[in-house]
Amino acid sequence: MRTVAVVGASLAGLSAARSLRKQGYDGRLVVIGDETHRPYDRPPLSKEFLSGALGETDLALETEDEDLGAQWMLGARAVGLDRAERALALTDGRRVRADGIVLATGAAARTLPGSEGLAGVHTLRTLDDARALRDELAGGGRLVVIGGGFIGAEVASTARALGLDVTVVEAAPTPLAGPLGRAMGAVVSGLHTDHGVRLLCGVGVKGLSGERRVDAVLLEDGRSLPADLVVVGVGASPCVDWLQGSGVTLDNGVKCGADGRTSLAGVVAVGDCANWYDPRAGAHRRVEHWTGARERPDAAVATLLAGGAVEPGVPRPPYFWSDQYGVKIQFAGHAAEADSVTVEAGAADDRDVLAVYRRAGHAVAVLGMNQPRLFTRWRKQLGAPL
Amino acid sequence: MMIPACRLADLPRGEAFRLDVDPPVSVFHTDDGEVFAIDDTCTHQDASLADGWLEGCEVECPLHASTFDLRTGAVDSPPAKLPVRTHEVFVEDGMVYVRLSTAAPNLPPCVSARLAGGPA
Ligand SMILES: Cc1cc2nc3c(=O)[nH]c(=O)nc-3n(C[C@H](O)[C@H](O)[C@H](O)COP(=O)(O)OP(=O)(O)OC[C@H]3O[C@@H](n4cnc5c(N)ncnc54)[C@H](O)[C@@H]3O)c2cc1C
Ligand code: FES
Repeated sequence: MRTVAVVGASLAGLSAARSLRKQGYDGRLVVIGDETHRPYDRPPLSKEFLSGALGETDLALETEDEDLGAQWMLGARAVGLDRAERALALTDGRRVRADGIVLATGAAARTLPGSEGLAGVHTLRTLDDARALRDELAGGGRLVVIGGGFIGAEVASTARALGLDVTVVEAAPTPLAGPLGRAMGAVVSGLHTDHGVRLLCGVGVKGLSGERRVDAVLLEDGRSLPADLVVVGVGASPCVDWLQGSGVTLDNGVKCGADGRTSLAGVVAVGDCANWYDPRAGAHRRVEHWTGARERPDAAVATLLAGGAVEPGVPRPPYFWSDQYGVKIQFAGHAAEADSVTVEAGAADDRDVLAVYRRAGHAVAVLGMNQPRLFTRWRKQLGAPL
Repeated sequence: MMIPACRLADLPRGEAFRLDVDPPVSVFHTDDGEVFAIDDTCTHQDASLADGWLEGCEVECPLHASTFDLRTGAVDSPPAKLPVRTHEVFVEDGMVYVRLSTAAPNLPPCVSARLAGGPA
């Protein structure tokens, strides 16, 4: 293998580039990323960076003296993959031929139709998004967050700490019911009301009102919520449209085996754009969390370098954390598989819990709120070999 | 400074003991029976490495999974970027002693601000 190209220059792409060098690849390495920034860390964008506690240099994922011997093509977007020629086409007309390709294009924030061009309406995915939102939060006022998922909840928490008047609107009856199940979704989202943030559930958003700048969020039940600022946190879609017709099978992102291999030999996918087969779940899962984007490139790169001739290991169960209202929330495993959830330590009312999700008596997931020690023990058990 | 930490018999293999010095230090007893001491606070954020995932001679931070080598203090990958300090340990008459390093600790920004009396 003489050239490997990594598409996407964020956590998964950087981790893949690092794995390549660590696993002995010494050929040409090209990293293509459509943002102009060097790889940076996204989690602080909704937390310490948004609050002003961390600055831009603190976000860097690379260490100061790090040199991967890679050619960085930043500000360049891949728009096509030519399987016959094994070449990537970039927006600026350049072509990059490569023997091995790592797809790490992540996901992009979904927007609300009709909100384009209206000032005061934000999504939060990139550094540029976070800069713009941070500047506006500094002006204070009334913030309406559309979507009670993790990003929405973190923005609400940060904005509340900055003194804004905050309302969260969630279409589902309980926020976070997807990732955490209904009972625990209610416990975690109870943090909003504990901290004086209004939480409106079970009501959809009809649209936004305002001339040049948003002034209200219109709900489907006819209510209108006055707003100086709106954050749309309604999830993210994998950035894979550019792969249509390339021969890479797409299905909720890039469809991959348990080792990151795609339907094309010599092409692997990692991070938020990849829908990996999860042997524990017996199904494909696209995991949009930091730790997977950081860890799985090791396996995908091993597959790429071995030409697919390695046995895929069983990845650790998906894990994520979230920080809201000063509470450390941690979750590992798959809540959807559980038939019971029990609080094993702490108390739900105190927002200090360790809850274990079980299926037929076996632990399949664990949730911790301010319980890092116990959480780690349970996570370790979940991660024990099948 | 040399301080008595705990009795080795009270620290099962695979477990850690947090010493309440400032900044805190943790003593790890590995599955192979070795004993190590490192700064307890992760260099990324305010997490206790004694709460982490001990495997071989490495401990994974309980929050964001950067892994520190107990022998050298070195960290493997982000989000943490700086190593932790290591401290000399020895066992005498069943008692674990730690000789605190005199090097400057690599504390995360939020913790060093607090120690300096600034905002938490
Ligand atoms: C605000 C925020 C807070 C978060 N907080 C947490 C948290 O607390 N805990 C947690 O576990 N996870 C968190 N996450 C999730 C975590 O950051 C992601 O899982 C992780 O960033 C995924 O990394 P990735 O490299 O796969 O994708 P991304 O980070 O999305 O990077 C993909 C990169 O590819 C580029 N790209 C896309 N298409 C192309 C193309 N065609 N050509 C070239 N480049 C392209 C993009 O511009 C981007 O730079 C958070 C995410 C956000 C946005
Ligand atoms: S607090 Fe240790 S890795 Fe983040």
